[in-house]
Amino acid sequence: MSDYIEKNLDNDGVDRRGFLKCMAWAGTGTLCLVQGGVLKSFALTDVLQKNVGNLKGDLSFVQISDSHIGFNKPANPDVTGTLREAIAKINALPTPPSFVLHTGDLTHLSKPEEFDTLSESLKSLKTERIFYVPGEHDVLNDNGAMFHERFGQGTQGDGWYSFDQKGAHFIGLVNVLNLKAGGLGTLGHEQLEWLEKDVAKLKSSTPIVVFAHIPLWSVYPQWGWGTDDSEQALSYMKRFGSVTVLNGHIHQTMQKIEGNITFHTACSTAFPQPQPGQADAPGPMKVPAEKLRGLLGITDVNFVRGKHTLAIVDSTLQG
Amino acid sequence: MRRSIAQQSRTARVLGTAILGAAAALSLSLASSVLRPSSVIAAQEKPGATVVTIDNFSFAPMQLEIPAGTEVTWINKDDVPHTVVSDDHKLFKSRALDTDEKFSFTFKDPGTYEYFCSVHPKMVGKIVVK
Repeated sequence: MSDYIEKNLDNDGVDRRGFLKCMAWAGTGTLCLVQGGVLKSFALTDVLQKNVGNLKGDLSFVQISDSHIGFNKPANPDVTGTLREAIAKINALPTPPSFVLHTGDLTHLSKPEEFDTLSESLKSLKTERIFYVPGEHDVLNDNGAMFHERFGQGTQGDGWYSFDQKGAHFIGLVNVLNLKAGGLGTLGHEQLEWLEKDVAKLKSSTPIVVFAHIPLWSVYPQWGWGTDDSEQALSYMKRFGSVTVLNGHIHQTMQKIEGNITFHTACSTAFPQPQPGQADAPGPMKVPAEKLRGLLGITDVNFVRGKHTLAIVDSTLQG
Repeated sequence: MRRSIAQQSRTARVLGTAILGAAAALSLSLASSVLRPSSVIAAQEKPGATVVTIDNFSFAPMQLEIPAGTEVTWINKDDVPHTVVSDDHKLFKSRALDTDEKFSFTFKDPGTYEYFCSVHPKMVGKIVVK
């Protein structure tokens, strides 16, 4: 009997409107492993009881998201505290991550003191570098000027950039600026042009990791959980063997595979949001205090060079 | 002046109930016209100012009809910040409104003014100035 699950056969009935191939509702923790384009997902509790040495790769990094420093309402009046718990969790990893990606909404209200608290808190992270992309809460009153000044040094245009690590190509995109009435997240022509050129020079065998705040796939457009011109962006990546897209914004983990592309969203370190359509609006979920930490968390990603293998482990702040 | 439309509607309902109690012979159709909470009526009852409540990621009322010269005040009742921005990004543009914060704009000229929340652009609203 197989002890892994292929393509979401975990009997949770989650196949919402056919686009969710795998959904890892935070609280238990799920490891998703991509091998040769096939998704295998494991319950984290099972993984922890087995030898996970074979999942170690050439590169490991951690994604955190949606810290919302400055938010102080139910269900989490202490978002700085839960961010510190997330940092402690990262610092306790057996292999320190090469770097950390923060996929936006560092702050709740784009205030300087909120950015200060975020930066101060992250100084204790045991990692070499932190990469950021802005969320809509980071660019509220100045079109992202303050965020750009603090976190966007050396980036292109409104803050997009790319870098290479151990043979993988990482691309940070900005989809929270110049949003149009009635629309979703937007990348815009200038960024799309840059992106097309950026990937044109790469070999098709290069693994690509794209990260941005708002999902680059239609999670739930009714709530603005998608990006208007993401299809255009992803069309530039069709020839690549392995593309991983990491997003935040929706404060819960979700995953799907479409062809060569694996999409993944991370938990918030601050507060949970409802599952798509399970509430009137996507506002903060008010959950009992004892349940909060089961709904917040971090995402650990391992990449094995030459094997097209990328393992994504979500873990909550609980336990 | 600072009451929300919802509060005004509640007042209208209470008033309507009182009238119903005093004049039990009123026909249902007449009662329903008294009870109907209408933003248009609310605006006319308070010439010069009215309120749009931002709640649950939507503007209420989503469409508001007002006479020219009316000051509209938006108040954010959500736990997350919202903005009020005219579709042309020029006529009016609030800063991010945190919980219970307000933004006001006076509509001097007749016309239809569409606006949205630039943080959550799925949130749209319309002001019709007569």
